Amino acid sequence: MSEPIFELKDVVVTVNQGTPEEINIMDHVNLKIYAGDFITVLGSNGAGKSTLFNIIGGDLKVTSGEILLHGKDITNMSVEHRTRFLSRVFQDPKMGTAPRMTVAENLLLSKKRGQVRGLGARRLKQNMAEFEEITKTMPNGLDQRLNTPTGDLSGGQRQALSFLMATIKRPEILLLDEHTAALDPQTSAELMHATNMRINKDQLTCLMITHHLEDALSYGNRLIVLDHGKISYDVKDGDKDALTKEKLLTFFNDIDG
Amino acid sequence: MSILVSAIGQGLTWGIVGIGLFLTFRILDFPDMTVEGTFPMGAATAVAAIYHGFSPLAATLLAFCVGMLAGLVTGLLYTKGKIPVLLAGILTMTAAYSINLRIMGRANLSLYGKSSLLDLFKGLPPYFNSVFLGMIVIIIVTALIIYFLQTNLGQAFIATGDNSNMAKSLGISTDTMQIMGLSVSNGMIALGGALVAQENGFADVNMGIGIIVVALASIIIGEVVFGELTMNERLIAVTIGSILYRFVILIVLQLGFNANDLNLISAIILAICMMFPAFEKRFQLKRSLSRGISKHE
Repeated sequence: MSEPIFELKDVVVTVNQGTPEEINIMDHVNLKIYAGDFITVLGSNGAGKSTLFNIIGGDLKVTSGEILLHGKDITNMSVEHRTRFLSRVFQDPKMGTAPRMTVAENLLLSKKRGQVRGLGARRLKQNMAEFEEITKTMPNGLDQRLNTPTGDLSGGQRQALSFLMATIKRPEILLLDEHTAALDPQTSAELMHATNMRINKDQLTCLMITHHLEDALSYGNRLIVLDHGKISYDVKDGDKDALTKEKLLTFFNDIDG
Repeated sequence: MSILVSAIGQGLTWGIVGIGLFLTFRILDFPDMTVEGTFPMGAATAVAAIYHGFSPLAATLLAFCVGMLAGLVTGLLYTKGKIPVLLAGILTMTAAYSINLRIMGRANLSLYGKSSLLDLFKGLPPYFNSVFLGMIVIIIVTALIIYFLQTNLGQAFIATGDNSNMAKSLGISTDTMQIMGLSVSNGMIALGGALVAQENGFADVNMGIGIIVVALASIIIGEVVFGELTMNERLIAVTIGSILYRFVILIVLQLGFNANDLNLISAIILAICMMFPAFEKRFQLKRSLSRGISKHE
């Protein structure tokens, strides 16, 4: 098998160290992510899903263990530097966009993700054709609102924009943190469909947290279940295809039991 | 007539201070108290430098640089020292008072008998020199800021104030943006202080009191008068707001108020302007006003 592009090696994150409340919120986790993996991440509240993303994104420092990108140690790399290879879409539509800037301005900002920004002119007009094209791939009329401040968009449009912003410059790893959870069922389904299309088309490597068992089963080639800061199940390819909702529920019953 | 010209001249010069504060108050979205220290610091630096033989232009540029340094201190206290921005500004402002005394060697320093930037416009009718000087500087400053905000760096700066979480997730160093914003902003405010001192002919260690209110008034009056504007228009509106504020002060003084009451009056004007959007929403002032007008038509 080829080398993983990203790896967590025996990662531990301990909080409240030295107090009676000391606990490992990430407990000796090993995870190898390969190019093209689309991993759905399941787990109850407090299982460590967001902690996992915060570790990968660099928001949370590990207590021990190593984080490797193409075999190179990036454990102490800052959030800003990690954006060169990584992008993330948050659950809250307000988190991922600048409300007073227009849709086009937001997209332009994200085209330079992880790059040094200098005193060159921003060249908004030269990019408009591309922005029109990619916003057309989104379901909710975002292409008609390129010059609208994002604060005036609906939650669904904002999340669609956040997703485009995270993928306009191809990330080596894309983190989707329940990015459709705050939307109504129809908008959520539409965005999830568009997300899947884009990931498959660009062959992105992606981790997606979700609470929808159906989504976790229908999308991606790999599924992991987190529990108490550990990866309790990691199901891949053929095994994942064979996985049923009933079987998946037994995972959770096992954990609870 | 000369009073009006004087008010326009002052409005233009104070517009620079307003635009400086706009960078932090409106773009980075936090109140920076440092300005109460950097305005007199700019004045003290320029006057002391001219007093010691610098050319007025070099002295004014020096004031800008010293203001930037003060802003840098606030920026470092806030971003690296994790001190809340309001307190970081107050700390720098307080420290600046002592530094300003050291710069001048006394509480106030006169430019009597010395040259100033206003001498570039000798031979004009009274107060027209400050109008010309103010206009040239404000045009240069506004053009530079408008250009900057349209650059990739400028867009990252705006994004930092708009949503710092998003900015970080795009690899923008929000700390750097905030330090840069505070530095440039305070540089401009010190530049304003340097120009005002040259127009007044002296610098005084207490001339910073109430500056933040005056600068905010320029911003808010511009916003209340013009409403929704693009970023570039908003920058220009600050200067117009600054001139309008001078007219309001002029009217107040003409009504017979004491000049000692100016800070009180400034604060009241600012408070009224800042409450305007809330009242406007509550009583739908604009709609009632326009209805009134259309009835007469």
